Amino acid sequence: MNDQSMTPEERAANLKGMGCSRKRVEDVRFTQGKGNYVDDIKMDGMLFGDFVRSPYAHARVVSVNKEAALALPGVVAVLTAEDLAPLGLHWMPTLAGDKQMVLADGKVLFQGQEVAYVVAEDRYIAADAVDLVEVEYEELPVLTDPFEALKSDVVLREDLEGQTEGAHGPRKHHNHIFTWEVGDKDGTEAVLGGAEVVAEEMVYYHRTHPCPLETCGCVASMDKVTGKLTLYGTFQAPHAIRTVVSLISGLAEHNIRVISPDIGGGFGNKVGAYPGYVCSVVASIVTGKPVKWIEDRMENLMSTAFARDYWMHGKIAATKEGKITGLWCHTTADHGGFDACADPTKFPAGFMNICTGSYDIPTAYLAVDGVYTNKAPGGVAYRCSFRVTEAAYFIERMIEVLAIKLNMDAAELRRINFIRADQFPYQSALGWEYDSGDYHTAWDKALKAVGYEDLRKEQAQRVEDFKAGKTRKLLGIGLTHFTEIVGAGPVKNCDILGLGMFDSCEIRIHPTGSAIARLGTISQGQGHATTFAQIIASEIGLPADDITLEEGDTDTAPYGLGTYGSRSTPVAGAATAMAARKIRAKAQMIAAYLLEVHDDDVEWDVDRFAVKGAPERFKTMKEIAFAAYNQAIPGLEPGLEAVSYYDPPNMTYPFGAYICVMEIDVDTGEWEIRQFYALDDCGTRINPMIIEGQVHGGVTEALAIAMGQEIAYDEMGNVKTGTLMDFFIPTAWETPNYTTDHTVTPSPHHPIGAKGVGESPNVGGVPAFSNAVHDAFRPFGLVQSHMPHDHWRIWKIANGLGLHG
Amino acid sequence: MSKMHVKLNVNGREVEGLAEPRMLLIHFLRENLRITGPHIGCETSHCGACTVDIDGKSVKSCTVFVAQANGAEVTTVEGLVNDDGSLGVIQEMFREHHGLQCGFCTPGMITRAHRLLQENPTPTEEEVRFGMAGNLCRCTGYQNIVKAIMASADMLNAQKEAAE
Repeated sequence: MNDQSMTPEERAANLKGMGCSRKRVEDVRFTQGKGNYVDDIKMDGMLFGDFVRSPYAHARVVSVNKEAALALPGVVAVLTAEDLAPLGLHWMPTLAGDKQMVLADGKVLFQGQEVAYVVAEDRYIAADAVDLVEVEYEELPVLTDPFEALKSDVVLREDLEGQTEGAHGPRKHHNHIFTWEVGDKDGTEAVLGGAEVVAEEMVYYHRTHPCPLETCGCVASMDKVTGKLTLYGTFQAPHAIRTVVSLISGLAEHNIRVISPDIGGGFGNKVGAYPGYVCSVVASIVTGKPVKWIEDRMENLMSTAFARDYWMHGKIAATKEGKITGLWCHTTADHGGFDACADPTKFPAGFMNICTGSYDIPTAYLAVDGVYTNKAPGGVAYRCSFRVTEAAYFIERMIEVLAIKLNMDAAELRRINFIRADQFPYQSALGWEYDSGDYHTAWDKALKAVGYEDLRKEQAQRVEDFKAGKTRKLLGIGLTHFTEIVGAGPVKNCDILGLGMFDSCEIRIHPTGSAIARLGTISQGQGHATTFAQIIASEIGLPADDITLEEGDTDTAPYGLGTYGSRSTPVAGAATAMAARKIRAKAQMIAAYLLEVHDDDVEWDVDRFAVKGAPERFKTMKEIAFAAYNQAIPGLEPGLEAVSYYDPPNMTYPFGAYICVMEIDVDTGEWEIRQFYALDDCGTRINPMIIEGQVHGGVTEALAIAMGQEIAYDEMGNVKTGTLMDFFIPTAWETPNYTTDHTVTPSPHHPIGAKGVGESPNVGGVPAFSNAVHDAFRPFGLVQSHMPHDHWRIWKIANGLGLHG
Repeated sequence: MSKMHVKLNVNGREVEGLAEPRMLLIHFLRENLRITGPHIGCETSHCGACTVDIDGKSVKSCTVFVAQANGAEVTTVEGLVNDDGSLGVIQEMFREHHGLQCGFCTPGMITRAHRLLQENPTPTEEEVRFGMAGNLCRCTGYQNIVKAIMASADMLNAQKEAAE
C-alpha cells in the first residue's frame, strides 16, 4: 500500500480514518460473550458486600442489631455508621458540594438508603445476613413535594441546621439548598410587562432514571503487602474516582489504581461516587481480601442517581407577529435527601441556562431553587449534558404554548425566531457563546423530508373525521429544534470538585508502525476504541486497524475527567487530534532528515511526507516510525510518542431538527409512532454508522422518558417504580424505526470540527414525542399536560377534554 | 446449606458440580463454570441479558435454579462460535449491522435470536420484533438488532440452500 500506484484517495480509504463507517473493533469480544464487565471479575478469596436498606423514606434509626447476622456462618462483618465514624467515612462529599451519609447516621432520608453493609463469603450468604440485621426505626413525617418542603416545619437535614450558607450561596429555608440566578431579572420583567403577548406555563420534567442494563458495582482489592488499593468499578470518570478515593480515605493517590473495565451502559448513572464504593474499600482494607459489591436492579432504581425532577415555571413574551422578545423561567429543582447532582461546580443547575434554545431571544432570566425532599439523591445528566434536556424540553414546550396563544403554526414560529447563520458566533442572553449553526437550513430540510404541509392537511382532515365520528384516532405532529451545549469544558469555568474539565490522550507509535493510544475517557458503548483510532489514522496516516485504544486504567491512562455530557469527542477527541499532530510534527523532521531536505521542503500527503514538487520522493509514516527508533537523528530524541492535555476554548453546540408523527387512540390512550425523523448536526462526522446508532439509541431513551418511564413515589415516599415491571423500558415491539439525516456545520474551535452527538437524540427526542401528544390534542384545547404520557395519562387528557362523549 | 450434585451439558461439554438447591442457573454458569457471557440485568426475568438456551428453548437463567437444568443441554452465547473460533452467523451480523453498543445485552440477544431463527427461519420484521420483545437493550433502539437478525435469517437460509 505504500507504492505510488495507489491514488491518495485509495491510500486514505485504506486507513479507515475519519468519515468512514468502520466496523467496531469491540464487537468481536462482545458478540461471543468475552466482554469483561465488573461482575465478571473473580479473585481468590473474594468476599461479597450487600446493603441493609431503609424501608422508610424518613425515619430515625433507633438501633441496629448485628448479632444474628454475625452469627450466620460465612458472614465476615457488618458495618454501620458507628464503625465508619472513627475513620471519618460515615459521610462522604458529593459532587455538588454537599455531603451524603455513607451509612445511616442516626436517620434516613429516602427509601432504599444504605443503613448497614454486610460482608460475607458469597452473595447468597450476604443476602441472608441482610435479612438478619435488625434495625429499629422511628418514622418521621415525609416530604415528597418540593413546594411543600419549602414551607414545612419538618427539618430534613438536621446536620445542616443553622447553616444559612450553602455550597452555592444563601439558603432561604431549612429544606432549601441553593438559588442560582442568571440573566437580567429586571430587564426581563420589564419586557414581560410591556409585551403584546405573554404565554405562561408550568412545565414539569418528571423524575426518571438512566437505568443502564448493567447496574453499578465495584471490586475493591487492598494488597496489604504493597499497600496498594485496586478498585475496579463501573466508573464513567475513573481518574476523578481515584482522586476522590484518595481525598476521603487518606490513601496516597499513587497507591490507588482505579480500573473501569467494560461498562454495560452508563447514561450518567455511573458518574457519581456511591456508598457501595466506600464500604467496599473499607471492607477490603479491614479484611485484607477483595470485596465485590453489585447492585441489584431495585437498588439501582431506588438509590443511585436519578435524573430530572424539575418544575419549570415559564413566561415567554412576543410581538403579535410572533417575534420573541423575552424569556423568564423559575425552576424548582427536587434534589432528594442529599445534593448529589453531577454538575460543574459553578453550575448548580448545570447548563439549564441554555434554555433560550435555538432562538434569538434578546432578554432572558433564569432562577433555580434547589430543594431537599425525602427522595433519593442524584440529579445526573441522563444522556444529556448537565440539565440540557430539561432546558430543551422547557423552551420547546414554551414555543408550542406561545404558538397556541398566537394561534400560529409552531414550525413558522420557530423559523422566524431562529438565530440566523450569520449571527454565529452568537452571544446568548444567558451567557453562552454558541460556536456555529445553520438552523434554517436544517429546519427546512426536515420539514421538506416529512412533507410537513401535507401532514398538517392530513391532520386537519383527521380532526374533521373525528368530529364527524368517522375515526377515534388523532394525529399529532411533534416538532423540535434543539441546541445542545456539550464538551465541558473550558477549565476557566468548568470543574468538578476542583478538577478542571480538560481531557487527554497519549499516543505511542511502535517501531513497526503500529500504535497504542490511551485516553482519560471511558467508553460505555460509544465505541471509542473504533472512533478514536479513526481520528489518529487520519491525522498520522497509520491504518486504524493498527492502532490499539485503551481507556479506564488510571495507572496507564493520562488524567482525564471521563465520559459523560457528550464530552469525549469534543474534549478527548480534540486531545487525540492534538497529540497526533505533535507526532506528525516530529515525523516531519525525521522525514526531512531521511530525505535529506529541509523540514519545510516536505509536505504531508495522506500517509507520508513527500518532497515538495517531487512526490516520488517520500517517506511513509511506517518508515518514519522505524527510523524514529533506529536512527540517530541530530537534534532529535529517539522514539515517537506524544501526549496532549486539551483544555477546550469553548463548549460545542450540536443541534438538530426532530419531527415525530404519532397516532393516538382517544379511547385507550394508546399511541403509535408512525414516523420519526431525526436530523442531527454534530459538526464533522467521524463514523456515520456509530452516529446513526447513537441517534437510534438516544431517541429510544427519549421515547421511554416521554411516554412512560418515571421514578414515582407515593405520599409515604415509597418508590412505586422499583423494578423493570413498573419502570418503562421500551422493547423491540413498541420501538419504531427511525429515519436519520444530517447537515454538517463544523465547530470552528475544535481541531477536527467535531461537536459530539451521543446525547442530542435524548435532548431532542423528548420534546418531539411530548409535543406530538400535545399537538394531537391542540385542536381540542390542550395547552399543557405533564409527562410521562403513558396510556392512562393520555386517556385522562382525552377524558378531560370531553372527547369520550 | 447442604449441596446437591448437578450434571448438565453446557455448550457441548459435560459439566458437573455441587450447588445449593437455591442456586440460580445464572450464578452456576457465571461463578462456578466461569461462563460469563450471560449477564445479570434485573433478576426478575424482564431484561433478558441472562438468556440461555435450555433443551431447545430460550430461558432466562436468572429465574431458574441450576437444579432445574440438571441433565439438560444448555447453550450460551459462547457456544454459538464456529468450531474454528470464528464468529457464528448471527454474531457476525450483529457486528456487521452495528447491532450492539455497550455489549451487555448482546449475549442474551444473540442467544435469543439463535432460538428465534430455529423456531421461525423466515421471520418478518414484525415477527422478529415480537420474538425479541423479552430482551431489553438500552443502547441501540433495536433498529440495527432487527436488521442484524433479518440479515442472519437470509444468510442462514442461503447456507442451508447451498448445503442441500
